[in-house]
Amino acid sequence: MRRVELPTVSESVPGVTNGEPGAATRRAWRLHKLAFSCLGFLALIHLVVFAGPLFWTLSPTTVDPLNTLAGFSAGHPLGVDDLGRDELSRMLAGGQVTLIVGFVSMIFLVIFGVLIGSTAAFLGGWVDAVLMRLTDTMMAIPSFFFVLVALTVVTSKDPVTIAVVIGASSWMPVTRVVYGETLQWKARDFVEAAYAIGVPRRQILLRHILPQMYSAVIVSATLGIANAILTESAISYLGLGIQPPTASWGNMLKDAQGYIFMDQNLALFPGVAISVVVLAYNLLGDGLRDLLDPRLR
Amino acid sequence: MLNFVIRRLAQGALTVLLVTIIVFFLVNAAPGGPGSIMRPDMTQAERQALIIRLGLNQPVPVRYLSWLGGAVHGDLGVSLSSSLPVGTVIGQRLPNTAELAILTLIISVVVGVVLGVTSAMRRGGVLDYLVGLLSVAGLSVPVFWFAILLILFFSVDLHWLPASGMSTGAGFDLGDRLQHAVMPVLVLALTTLPNIIRFARASMIEALTQDYVRTARAKGLKRLRIAYVHVLRNALLPVISTVGVLVPRLLGGAVITETVFGWPGMGQLMFEAASSRDYPMVMGITVVMALAVVLVNLAVDVLYSVIDPRIRVS
Repeated sequence: MRRVELPTVSESVPGVTNGEPGAATRRAWRLHKLAFSCLGFLALIHLVVFAGPLFWTLSPTTVDPLNTLAGFSAGHPLGVDDLGRDELSRMLAGGQVTLIVGFVSMIFLVIFGVLIGSTAAFLGGWVDAVLMRLTDTMMAIPSFFFVLVALTVVTSKDPVTIAVVIGASSWMPVTRVVYGETLQWKARDFVEAAYAIGVPRRQILLRHILPQMYSAVIVSATLGIANAILTESAISYLGLGIQPPTASWGNMLKDAQGYIFMDQNLALFPGVAISVVVLAYNLLGDGLRDLLDPRLR
Repeated sequence: MLNFVIRRLAQGALTVLLVTIIVFFLVNAAPGGPGSIMRPDMTQAERQALIIRLGLNQPVPVRYLSWLGGAVHGDLGVSLSSSLPVGTVIGQRLPNTAELAILTLIISVVVGVVLGVTSAMRRGGVLDYLVGLLSVAGLSVPVFWFAILLILFFSVDLHWLPASGMSTGAGFDLGDRLQHAVMPVLVLALTTLPNIIRFARASMIEALTQDYVRTARAKGLKRLRIAYVHVLRNALLPVISTVGVLVPRLLGGAVITETVFGWPGMGQLMFEAASSRDYPMVMGITVVMALAVVLVNLAVDVLYSVIDPRIRVS
């Protein structure tokens, strides 16, 4: 359907610059302060969300019916929700689920994308035709539709199942990137040289071609996490994703919407949390693209 | 040209066919079948009768072929939850979504091109930086949360805009209709605008490095005149092609937007159909959406090759 846009490969070797050692790193740091700060910020968020419950030991599921929608207090620094559950511990527990779904979805979509894209481009012929036709077909369905339909099929709504569904619906961009890169690299002289000295085809793909595109895949993966987190929060908001009492930032927003006139903070914390984490992943992805792919500079 | 259109039409038809196959088999992989046969108040005999009436005792490929046979004759079956013909329901909902989608596309293309081209002209400047940051931020905010914030601000605090629905009162009033559309369009534009800005900017920057720009500069033309008279038209061409890519995004975004704003369109219908396991409806919506995506892409490609004859050669 769409034309494949092939990046032009210059003859210079990526990552090698002239000058004293360390100069390249310092230049990269100056150029990408924003991306590095995002990396630091994300590390901090993950640390807080995953290590936080060790220090903030209130249960995220204990209901306190006498104390619903109460504001900030020393015992509940972020207040409590409509069932009297501590908002801070729910933010931590929900964050764990949301971040795990994002990360696991990314693993799946990268696996699907790399497998399909590299196989199609490397083998060519009818395999290429079938796989890329499949990719185009999947791109013609709005991926959110696919997620909605797939969610009616799966019996369980645990975080890993949700992640598989999200991964299975969003591998197409990675596939196209890997497909384009594989086509580029398999025509290069060093690949022909490898054939000439009798390297098996499987090894040529695994050892010589796939390692060339690690930077492109890392960028896609980072942006994939951002999208997966947004998708998870959207389906949980619609009530089709992570099911209560398990908290995720998405279904916390669904709960909060019902009480929005009484306590707007309940809608504020999860929304801000999703936005800043996704923003950080997006900025990191953009920064990595600039950093790892000097051809785009 | 005619050959090109025919070839693309055939490809498009194949894509739609494959979409229906994938979704049909996915839908039928669900344990327990459609939602209506899982109602707890039915007896075993009633359930059995329904299964036979819906043809669920036949193998999936046979069911697919009979569905396909109906679909090519324009019969998309009957909704399991409302008992109305799927085609009729979709016919009522489609124009509402089309209204949102077209308004959104017009606004986001105009605003996106202006912002993208302006930041390309001031590459590396403060404005470029701000627009870039703003478009990443737009991609990062959950659509439904942005919608809730808009409702809180414009409907609850300021009382400027209606919070949901398509109109107040039964009669048609253009002003009232547009007032209802403002927030849904804003929310949908959030999903399309960042892509258009980025694409317009990149396209403009690339066009500015072309040889004819240097030639024009060498013969003494002003920089701004070159940019806005010579380069802009060339830079805008590729932006057309993003519209084709954005349509699926827009339709996906419509599910949440229409649900939050109670806008009776295809997105809301899709959410209702998927959550009540109304499979004929899910299939019907899928076909119509895939057709829309394929036709828009075809239109974009034809338009593109009419405007830019270089495309046709390759």
